[in-house]
Amino acid sequence: MFFSLAAVEVGTHLYWSFAGFTVHGQVLLVTWLVIATILAIAIAGTLKLEQIPKVLQNFVESVFEYVAGIAKDQIGEYEYRPWIPYVGTLFLFIFVANWYGALVPWKLIELPEGELAAPTNDINTTVALSLLTSVSYFYAGLSKKGLGFFARYISPTPIFLPINILEDFTKPLSLSFRLFGNILADEIVVSVLCLLVPLFIPLPVMVLGIFASSVQALVFSTLSAAYIGESLE
Amino acid sequence: MNPIVSAASVIAAGLSIGLAAIGPGIGQGSAAEQAVEGLARQPEAEGKIRGTLLLSLAFMESLTIYGLVVALCLLFANPFAG
Repeated sequence: MFFSLAAVEVGTHLYWSFAGFTVHGQVLLVTWLVIATILAIAIAGTLKLEQIPKVLQNFVESVFEYVAGIAKDQIGEYEYRPWIPYVGTLFLFIFVANWYGALVPWKLIELPEGELAAPTNDINTTVALSLLTSVSYFYAGLSKKGLGFFARYISPTPIFLPINILEDFTKPLSLSFRLFGNILADEIVVSVLCLLVPLFIPLPVMVLGIFASSVQALVFSTLSAAYIGESLE
Repeated sequence: MNPIVSAASVIAAGLSIGLAAIGPGIGQGSAAEQAVEGLARQPEAEGKIRGTLLLSLAFMESLTIYGLVVALCLLFANPFAG
């Protein structure tokens, strides 16, 4: 008598292997789509630049100003300009990736194994992004201060040395887990709710998911900029 | 999977997310309280207060998310299974 409209089960990833590496194919597919979208909007908005911008150029300019604002607030107004591309890329990639995962009806496309979803629901993506941030704040500090950069491990007092070393590990850990946990948890909650009451109840959770995922994009890029600013001072 | 390991994992998962929600819940309530108070004192500062509040809430939220990740790991990617 009961037929199920939805089911939740633990599946497997879609594995691709090339050149000795095995990757999650479904994550790569959506990632490429996100990259293509961002590039398309950026190129279309800046093809014919005009003094008085039209719709798309206006939008692209406002996005740029917002991202530059994030970088400027965290890094300080003297050194923020070289870092706008990096912080902006983080913000845009995570933002568009999360919104793609939440808004596009991926279930319509059937994969041989696994399913399409936000690329940031895979720990590999978020760890990669946070390791990039780690590398960039090391690069920022080393290029500005040379080997004197390592003096920050014994500031304010040498007793802080183990804590500062630990901080170099917990920074990427917390960055990656914050983003991964938020996105995956929202997806699981939505899928379980769809299993239980498929009709209207999942909607507020989905809206919360869209809001929370945008905040997470902002938090990730703000924190990355803050770490870079911290190693530049 | 060994039934004791299963049972222990389930209890641990429940406790993990349950306890992880307490601290950040209190902290976020405090932050919101101060934000609303600041807003009442100076309504023109709304933009900055809202921005700072949202950022702080996201940081506190991540502490609960750590607990959730442990719970999910225990339920779906249990290292002690089999």
